[in-house]
Amino acid sequence: MKHLDEYRDEALARALVDRLTAIAHHPWVLMEVCGGQTHTLVRYGIDGLLPAGMEMIHGPGCPVCVTPLEVIDKAIVLAKTPGVILASYGDMLRVPGSKSDLLHAKAEGADVRMVYSPLDALKLARENPTREVVFFGIGFETTAPPNAAAVWQAARQGIGNFSLLASHVLVPPALRALLGAPGNRVQGLIAPGHVCAIVGLEEYQAIAREFHIPIVVGGFEPVDLLEAIVMLAEQLEQGRAEVENQYTRSVRVTGNPLAQKMLTDVLEVCDMKWRGLGEIPKSGLKLRADYAAFDAEIKFALAHNPVDEPAECISALILQGHAKPAQCPAFGTRCTPERPLGAPMVSTEGACSAYYQYRRHDIEAAQAELATAGGRA
Amino acid sequence: MTTLPTPALACPLPIPADQLIVLGHGSGGRLSARLTEDVFLPAFRNAALEQLDDQAIVPVPGGRIALSTDSYVVKPLFFPGGDIGELAVFGTVNDLSVGGAIPKYLTVGFILEEGLSIATLRRIVQSMAQAAQRAGVLIVTGDTKVVEKGCGDQVFINSAGVGFVPDGLTLGARQVRPGDRILLNGSLGEHGITILSQREGLELAGDLRSDAAPLNELCAAIVAAAPGLHAMRDLTRGGLSSALNEIATSAQVGIEIDDRAIPVTDAVRGACEIFGLDPLYVANEGKMIAFVPEEQAAAALAAMRANPLGADARIIGTVTEKHPRMVTLRTRLGTERIVDMLAQDQLPRIC
Repeated sequence: MKHLDEYRDEALARALVDRLTAIAHHPWVLMEVCGGQTHTLVRYGIDGLLPAGMEMIHGPGCPVCVTPLEVIDKAIVLAKTPGVILASYGDMLRVPGSKSDLLHAKAEGADVRMVYSPLDALKLARENPTREVVFFGIGFETTAPPNAAAVWQAARQGIGNFSLLASHVLVPPALRALLGAPGNRVQGLIAPGHVCAIVGLEEYQAIAREFHIPIVVGGFEPVDLLEAIVMLAEQLEQGRAEVENQYTRSVRVTGNPLAQKMLTDVLEVCDMKWRGLGEIPKSGLKLRADYAAFDAEIKFALAHNPVDEPAECISALILQGHAKPAQCPAFGTRCTPERPLGAPMVSTEGACSAYYQYRRHDIEAAQAELATAGGRA
Repeated sequence: MTTLPTPALACPLPIPADQLIVLGHGSGGRLSARLTEDVFLPAFRNAALEQLDDQAIVPVPGGRIALSTDSYVVKPLFFPGGDIGELAVFGTVNDLSVGGAIPKYLTVGFILEEGLSIATLRRIVQSMAQAAQRAGVLIVTGDTKVVEKGCGDQVFINSAGVGFVPDGLTLGARQVRPGDRILLNGSLGEHGITILSQREGLELAGDLRSDAAPLNELCAAIVAAAPGLHAMRDLTRGGLSSALNEIATSAQVGIEIDDRAIPVTDAVRGACEIFGLDPLYVANEGKMIAFVPEEQAAAALAAMRANPLGADARIIGTVTEKHPRMVTLRTRLGTERIVDMLAQDQLPRIC
């Protein structure tokens, strides 16, 4: 298939691994920021192809995973409100809040619909004028513009029974928090290709300067990721810290001006809590006051009930690369994709979930080996 | 600069027990399996049921018969390549056939929603009659119930079937042995993706049709060509991965498959990319796998390819003693990963 096969080509991938082995002389620690990249990395076993010592840390870029518990609780409250249709992406329906998830709310009678786009939710609002349709929209700079566009259209078309429950987060503030945290281990970043396709490279250039760290904007296929890793290794070996673009087929330096305009017209920056990372200043987006009529939090006067994460979940350590999923005592036992304790086990793009799906046998073997070694000692 | 929290390890919060049926209980994944284990098996337990194959094989005077039942709740009722009536016939025929049985008789039960047009029902019934003729089975008894509007969704169909099991033939997941080769009769995911595209109104280029088909002749041809055959499965909801995981668990073996050997059409691959789905988990209605001892694999493959429903048959993997109860896949990059059973429904990824 065109535009796909060439990025999953075995010979190309092998050549890149050979090149990496030839040029990388140090145990570099790199982070792929986006959950989609983590998914590909683990699904294709790419981290197992890296030269000995080189390590990939799985970043915070899974939007489902970092959505705070209380926001999911709010979505469940809304879904159970008489007259409301709650629409969201498939991934979000399974994410547990503090007590339940949207799939269970649906089983209890709530009208929960899975949609592929906020515009589908807007269509639902048009088709059900006597109902209130709430789109539960989450995500990074990639999913924010379509959500903003849905609100913008609702305002223009006078669709008063549509509103947005938004929990939007921005990548750069989270990266700054991670890179500036004590004990940071990350030496090079694979920036999220689709986020950069919207916002462009400017902010990433600032981060590269600020933290003297090389950044390569990467795609999502195996060859994309390997090429990005090679480019990062080249920079690191040569002592450079620049922003380079591997994902040129999608990302322009200036990003997508139309999407950016939609973002700034409808949304504004706010402080935001991240599941697994905590509160990060100016790291989120909310609807501007002009669009308050479409803000579900205001429209339904939702109470804010902060909830603590299950204490056993070590997601903060995992998202910062201080621990691998297998090092969590709950991994695969008390914490599974069916019953996740925390963020990275929730979505298929979460690091723990990806390890659980694709890696469990390595982990079980390692744990068995540890147990045997312990027994002998 | 923000300080990140350092979590301490402590007792976990309790996660609520599953007290309600959710859609995932019907997904063919782990939730479905748990429902069987926790609710149905304890109540109904007996030797035939415990095999947990697609059909039960029971002795009757003079031989053995296979029994199977299945319910059909597909939406939309009509889709490219088939309809609910055809599925209700082929699905039960296939469940019998993969047990090595020759399907003979079907029963059908209709649950109709008040307000359904009789013309629609007639169209479905006509399609069932043609499907039964094609599969060589007779529909010999049936039942109809009507529920109030809103208490059903147009038409639900249950069908049950009986087939005769040839003397001396014992197939089943528990017969599978290390060294067996795994044969697949064609490309994956066409039914599931066709239904999904219809539901989502996605107009995809290319000829995307359900693969709904009766597999009885194909299965009989494999039985004839490979007398040492150990098991067959049709790949319905949950797709290839669920069938392989069920067999790995039942037979206490490991399974290794090769991504490059598994056929998936461009139309299905493209749609899976758009929806964020994995073809290994997508439903089929005319696909099956066979577990054949190595020395008979070539003969079985030739027999499959001689049948139009197996023209694109491949050997996709091997049964191994390594990693029992686990299915692994060799990726196109030569690395290895797990193919896990779905926890519940495959939900589209957000980005």
